Amino acid sequence: MKLKNQKLWVALFIGPALFFITVFLLYPSVHTMIISFLGKRSETFVGMKNYIYSFTSPTMLTAFRNNLMWLVFFTAGTVGMGLLMAILADKIKYEKLAKTIIFMPMAVSFVGASVVWKFVYTYKPIFTNQIGLLNQVIVLFGGSPKGWLMKGPWMNNFSLIFVGIWIWTGFCMVLLSAAYKGIPRELMEAGRVDGANEWQVFTKIIIPSMKSTIAVVTTTMIINVLKIFDIVYVMTNGNYGTEVIANRMYKEMFQYRNYGRASAIAVILFLLIIPVIVMNIKRMKGEDS
Amino acid sequence: MKKSIWMMVSAILLMGVIFAVAVSADETITIMGVWGGNELEAFTKVMETFEAASGIEVEFEGTRDLPTLLTTRLEAGNPPDIVHLTGLGMMEELAREGDLVDLIDVLDMPQFNEDYNAVWKELATYEDGMYGIYISADVKSLVWYNPKAFAAKGYIIPSDWDDMEALMDKMISNGDIPWAIGLESGAASGWPGTDWIEDIMLRTAGPEVYDQWVNHDIPWTDERVKRAFEIFGEIARDSSYVWGGPTAVNASNFGDAVTPLFAEPVQAYMHRQASFITSFIKDNNPDLLAGEDFNFFAFPEIEEEYGTPVLGAADMMGLMTDKPAAKQFMRFLASPGAQSIWVSELGKIGVNKRINPAVYPDELTAKMAEVLKNAEVFRFDGSDSMPKAIGSGAFWTGVVDYVNGQDLDSVLEYIESVADETYTSGAATN
Repeated sequence: MKLKNQKLWVALFIGPALFFITVFLLYPSVHTMIISFLGKRSETFVGMKNYIYSFTSPTMLTAFRNNLMWLVFFTAGTVGMGLLMAILADKIKYEKLAKTIIFMPMAVSFVGASVVWKFVYTYKPIFTNQIGLLNQVIVLFGGSPKGWLMKGPWMNNFSLIFVGIWIWTGFCMVLLSAAYKGIPRELMEAGRVDGANEWQVFTKIIIPSMKSTIAVVTTTMIINVLKIFDIVYVMTNGNYGTEVIANRMYKEMFQYRNYGRASAIAVILFLLIIPVIVMNIKRMKGEDS
Repeated sequence: MKKSIWMMVSAILLMGVIFAVAVSADETITIMGVWGGNELEAFTKVMETFEAASGIEVEFEGTRDLPTLLTTRLEAGNPPDIVHLTGLGMMEELAREGDLVDLIDVLDMPQFNEDYNAVWKELATYEDGMYGIYISADVKSLVWYNPKAFAAKGYIIPSDWDDMEALMDKMISNGDIPWAIGLESGAASGWPGTDWIEDIMLRTAGPEVYDQWVNHDIPWTDERVKRAFEIFGEIARDSSYVWGGPTAVNASNFGDAVTPLFAEPVQAYMHRQASFITSFIKDNNPDLLAGEDFNFFAFPEIEEEYGTPVLGAADMMGLMTDKPAAKQFMRFLASPGAQSIWVSELGKIGVNKRINPAVYPDELTAKMAEVLKNAEVFRFDGSDSMPKAIGSGAFWTGVVDYVNGQDLDSVLEYIESVADETYTSGAATN
């Protein structure tokens, strides 16, 4: 009797969660995978055609290259800057104010931030009034304005990645700062007394103590950036060689109404993210034991 | 006791809501379109006139990202009653999938045939049905200029391309910049460049080849397509021909691109754009007078045998549901009454023949209507007629890349590769 009751309770607690996971996660994922093997309007079976397209078309190859750029520079930028800010802010008197300012872009939506930065990057020919802040500064110092969003593949992609870093550095800083404050001060003092310089304290004591937090923040940023869409869509829409995977998926789905291709790209994006998630879960399990 | 009273009250309220929804459902129709600003104000006047006459409520849903929203709504089985079709390609795609209602059963066809030139019916026909009503048109083959600046420098309106080249050379030798071009248009960036190339194609290869090109019967790598791109590129990719050079061409918004013509001192002398640019000119420079401070001439002929054809676009509406109220609204839209409001507010060109020419806000618009009426060869915007993956995908991007300095052969090969797979995968009609 007791056992039966227990089963009932288990079902009661897990049931709704299972139901929602099935309806909102499992079913759509499986459905997407099935559609990815079908044609444009999901009527005919086309085998691997959509996947072959995804790995061979020039646009998709550009998108993969750009996503890789985002992955490396956005992740390094947000986590690196976040770490730097966390440690530097700890040493100053107006720490709260500084952190608030750095965290503030987080409150702006991606689209809002992109619109703002599009103005900052605006290009006007040299003999007219510059309305873009960045080019105005350059002109002020005697340079000639640059088409920030147009010249690729480095300048425009970096201009976009910078916007992402601007938004997310504050988030990384807050998490890393909490971890930094969790390191016992005595540990660092002991190191300094033993004759370690600041760099050695940083690499030998601070980094190892914050390892798990850094890993979590990094993986979160990786998952974040693999799905990058808003900034690119608003600022260039993938023109001038700034295309990314998610924007391409959006175009194939909603603009060209090619459901097969869009689904194939979605599945690829999903597969790319899985290893990172697995890493995260493994780490979490490791911490428990 | 109290509890049961509350239950009764809420039950009655609920029933009331259900009843209200059921009753109003038939009397409210929804329209989805891309309009905002001036255009939305004008369309609101059209809707209000209809509401006042019929007692039917009309709701407008505006979105700049219409294909996205429409795709989602169709997938959800909840389409709007009436949709603003942004291109022929879109109309054909929707008609093929059975999402549009055949208007031959909806409109008073004898009256329609009397009111409209045959071309408007042909353009809205897919297989045997008619799936769109044109409510206004835009003439695209127009070159805008500043008459006062032209007069001051002694520049003369060119009558053919040789004249045009002489004029450009003269301007450059005077230290002036002939053209102002802007291709930026948010997610739709590139389309103004496709209009240039279409206009040039019509003039260098003729309407028949133009049709073959639009239907992908000739490849994008064809010499004739290449030549059209090159003529455009000689202007758009050269800093001495175009204001601000290629970077400014890609960075300038299409609506702002005309402003150098009216700067003090004048920064550029000519701007090729459709008739709708007048509303941008007036918004940015309210003091300018149509005909006096800004005027247009037809994009000149290039090859004598093909003359001066007219490239155009038009606003088209399609019906998506069977609601009687929606059908009534479609009949209203086809009438000269509705269209008079729409064209007079916006300075667009009417398509219904019974529209009184007196409704046009100025002589300039009347003159444009004349250009359209007298056109011996009229062709619909090519990029809007192609399947979206090419017309508003690869073609738009290709133009932008070409202006940005990419080599022409690789641009054309890229567009051709997209066109090739789009057509062979059965995406377009064969």
